[in-house]
Amino acid sequence: MSLVVPSWQVETRNKTSAPFGLAAVATVLLAFAVPLLVSRGVVQDLFFILTMLVLAQNWNLLAGYAGLISVGQQAFVGFGAYAMFACVILFGADPLVAVLIAGVLSMLLAIPTAFFTFRLQGPYFAIGTWVIAEVVRLLLAQWKALGGGTGTSLPREATRDMIGVGLMRDLFGMKASAAGDALTYWIALILMVLTVGFVYGLLRSKQGLGLAAVRDNEQAARAVGVNARRMKAFVYLAASFITGIAGALIYVQKARISPDAAFSVTDWTAYVIFIVVIGGIGTVEGPIVGVILFFFLQNLLAGYGSWYLLMLGLIGILVMLFAPRGLWGLFSDRTGIQLFPVRRLLRGGSLNRAHKGVPHG
Amino acid sequence: MNWLDTILQGVLLGGLYALFAAGLSLVFGIMRLVNLAHGDLIVLAAFVILALVTTLGVSPIVGALIAAPLMFAAGWALQYFVLNRTLGKDMLPPLLVTFGLSIVIQNGLLEGFSADSRRVSAGSLESASIALGPVNAGIMPLMTFLSAVAVIVCLNQLIYRTAVGRAFRATSDDPATAGLMGIRPQRIFALATGLAMVVVTIAALYLATRANFEPTSGPARLIYAFEAVIVGGLGSLWGTLVGGVILGIAQTVGAAINPEWQILTGHLAFLLVLLFKPRGLFPRAVD
Repeated sequence: MSLVVPSWQVETRNKTSAPFGLAAVATVLLAFAVPLLVSRGVVQDLFFILTMLVLAQNWNLLAGYAGLISVGQQAFVGFGAYAMFACVILFGADPLVAVLIAGVLSMLLAIPTAFFTFRLQGPYFAIGTWVIAEVVRLLLAQWKALGGGTGTSLPREATRDMIGVGLMRDLFGMKASAAGDALTYWIALILMVLTVGFVYGLLRSKQGLGLAAVRDNEQAARAVGVNARRMKAFVYLAASFITGIAGALIYVQKARISPDAAFSVTDWTAYVIFIVVIGGIGTVEGPIVGVILFFFLQNLLAGYGSWYLLMLGLIGILVMLFAPRGLWGLFSDRTGIQLFPVRRLLRGGSLNRAHKGVPHG
Repeated sequence: MNWLDTILQGVLLGGLYALFAAGLSLVFGIMRLVNLAHGDLIVLAAFVILALVTTLGVSPIVGALIAAPLMFAAGWALQYFVLNRTLGKDMLPPLLVTFGLSIVIQNGLLEGFSADSRRVSAGSLESASIALGPVNAGIMPLMTFLSAVAVIVCLNQLIYRTAVGRAFRATSDDPATAGLMGIRPQRIFALATGLAMVVVTIAALYLATRANFEPTSGPARLIYAFEAVIVGGLGSLWGTLVGGVILGIAQTVGAAINPEWQILTGHLAFLLVLLFKPRGLFPRAVD
């Protein structure tokens, strides 16, 4: 934070952010120990929560900050998963190395897709991303070496001999399958921490301020020198990289892929949108609140099949209509609490009075 | 001769896509709203027709005639009570609300009608065909195409020749000023969506009688409609028809080469147009 006038200072810190930061660090450290303490089922549930949170943070960054409303992020989940499968099955790569390669390939895929979708204005961008996802799905369904339209499985040896599995077997005496679950869980945890850190760091940076300015008023932002197009392209590429990694990681754990599942609009976009909308779009806290609520709703109601999805849709509509800033928005507006503060406050100086910036600016 | 036949089938299929697209185009033109549930509303209308045909024993066309006012009312209410609340500078609320609606409709239909593929029988019309020079055209596809032309002529007449159309155009240009002239934008929007639902019912009639459909068929219909609109260029209904025809030809030609490629070649044709003509073939609107 640079000083504009010597005695003035721009800060984003607030009363709750420091204790929360400590609590968050403690929670993450505790979370690392989880696979040693609880059953495999719980580890798998937590893995699901963590990966959905990563996807949600990405979608929130796109839609809530960059104004890029995509309903085609399943393109990168599916492509990342398929890239990982290709690396493992065709080139015999280690699944964990393949996950990283999948992220890079997903980002490369985002370059041509951005070229097309960025030509579509406003709401048509949304459907354009969907078309791209369909094209990628249909093309990969033609790839016979990876099972074509019916899909294929990861070879058993690949996950059993994954880097680190042997080590964990020796250290903790875990079975290969449990060690695999613990390993993917830890990577998901690291990915989640890095993603939240990246999003939060970006929002606090000069670029993040530019991004918020573009979202609030693109013309005004461009008039003061923000390169809106470059910011959006950067966010789009970053989100596709992380989404690709998340997709690949999810499918290391699932170990079975098919085009319909890997490119599912419901699983990778509708759920993610629901999480972000109900938690609170345009905040870092929102997706965290949303994913926890989503997990409980799913456990309570998933047995009801399509009634469950129907209800999620209705809840999403109601929240968007009556509380467009989500549950976290409601809570934050009442209490003024921000756990990941990005609002810049001017402190010190002769007036000795805090000048508030615009909401979540 | 085979190719001529393929292209004719493509042109006629394009009529169906233009019907899918006309309602989307109308709503976007007047209130800049993209309804992500558009495809699901088409499928909903198809199920309404199916229910009417099976319970009342009427022909599909009579079924559509009964369904049209019901769909008009549903569209009017949807716009007036729900979607109007979402309109504003921010495009996020309308997109997310209609996306939620899409999920609600799909799963509602799954509960009500199960996941089975359905079809409405059109009796002897289904297999009837007439010779057009060297090739044969099915009566149903031909009726679809002619209906698309008729719908576009009617919509153009309505928009450019009547008082309601003038109100549509005025509200589209500037809702606030239109309001000063005694037009209530909220009602105009509701009327436009109601009208779009009538077009949707016509599209649903042909969707239901020409091919199998199921509760989850909606998103694909939305995508075809969207592609037809973009290929044709925003703001031109005739352009939308051309866009639908291009999409239809690309799909039937692709299917003739390899049946698995039907959908893919349609999407690729769309991407090619987007590459060389980002604003579509016949752009009219500035935005």
